[in-house]
Amino acid sequence: MSKKEWPLYEVFIRSKSGLSHRHAGSIHAADDQMALDHARDTYTRRSEGVSIWVVRSSQIIASDPAEAAAFFEPAEDKIYRHPTFYEIPDGVENL
Amino acid sequence: MYTQGLDQKDKSAPKRDAMEAPEQLEAFQARIDGEEKIEAKDWMPEAYRRTLIRQISQHAHSEIIGMQPEGNWLTRAPTLKRKAILLAKIQDEAGHGLYLYSAGETLGVSRDQMVADLLSGKAKYSSIFNYPTLTWADIGAIGWLVDGAAIMNQIPLCRCSYGPYSRAMVRICKEESFHQRQGFDILRVLCEGSREQKAMAQDALDRWWWPSLMMFGPSDAESKHSAQSMAWKIKRFSNDELRQKFVDVTVPQADFLGLKVPDDDLEFDKETGHYRFGEIDWQEFIEVIQGNGPCNKQRMAKRRTAHDDGAWVREAAQAYAGKQAAKHAA
Repeated sequence: MSKKEWPLYEVFIRSKSGLSHRHAGSIHAADDQMALDHARDTYTRRSEGVSIWVVRSSQIIASDPAEAAAFFEPAEDKIYRHPTFYEIPDGVENL
Repeated sequence: MYTQGLDQKDKSAPKRDAMEAPEQLEAFQARIDGEEKIEAKDWMPEAYRRTLIRQISQHAHSEIIGMQPEGNWLTRAPTLKRKAILLAKIQDEAGHGLYLYSAGETLGVSRDQMVADLLSGKAKYSSIFNYPTLTWADIGAIGWLVDGAAIMNQIPLCRCSYGPYSRAMVRICKEESFHQRQGFDILRVLCEGSREQKAMAQDALDRWWWPSLMMFGPSDAESKHSAQSMAWKIKRFSNDELRQKFVDVTVPQADFLGLKVPDDDLEFDKETGHYRFGEIDWQEFIEVIQGNGPCNKQRMAKRRTAHDDGAWVREAAQAYAGKQAAKHAA
């Protein structure tokens, strides 16, 4: 075993311009440049991407799934934010 | 493939499981039954986590060890085109190993730990990679049969209940299709060639057919992990169901090549629409799993050597990264 494991990076790939970057998986690398190279070799061997972001996994701040109900609760009761909440009288068009 | 579920039973099981409340377990099963995906940070039973770590790491190790039988022919591929294709395929196997280690790490086990378990012999890999590749035709047989069996096993895993594993499998399945076709293509060309070339293809089928059927793991009656894995939707079909599917699709392909499947009991059953096939030599399977196959020792020795020989590279890269970071900070 190496004395210390190379840090873990999360990999995000933009498959073509016009689309946003999307999480692809993770890789290990000693530094940022190597992380990009490894991400390219691991996740884009068949031209799956035109742009790659890598970020140290330890730098990601994530919401807690166990707290998801409470965390997302404020949005739950605001159904009036959706257009389907509103009744459209018969005969009204283009609304 | 690769998920024969053969590792020794986990002895640490009862302690942790005792802490799990029945309501929690029920709620978890309800999510599974509702076809919800489980994600990395979600609550899950420890046994579910352990099963996945065992299966995913075993699968990853199989990809890594699986590079060896093919690497054996890399410098002896008959043409530059075949060599380039084989190189790309082997690189894919490494990639598959990495996707899977990445999925395994989401369950809270480090890649170093998984690798250490492989090197110490604690973790297993698929029995199939303990057979030697004696001729170029074996490279064709591996692609066609071994990757074919892998696809059969892996397609349902794309719908596995654990999100990171299922996403890794989607990616892998897309690439396996190339592997299988290039293997079939190697055999097709041999079968259209000289009498010696065709004999070489037949010999490869003779040696790889039964080990390929063993890849699906023990028969349903003998399979320890199956029922729970099915309930958790890690597994969607039983070993025997998948094996039957594989035989049904592969025999007509052998017929096309003009090759004979080495099974005197093989017979198409018109009523069921399935092929009936002979009994698998389970004693051979057990021997290979227990480390007594033709190449077990060689595969492990080579893996350990490769790991040790790479140690200085890993350390040097880390030392360089440390220096660069220090320079940057200054």
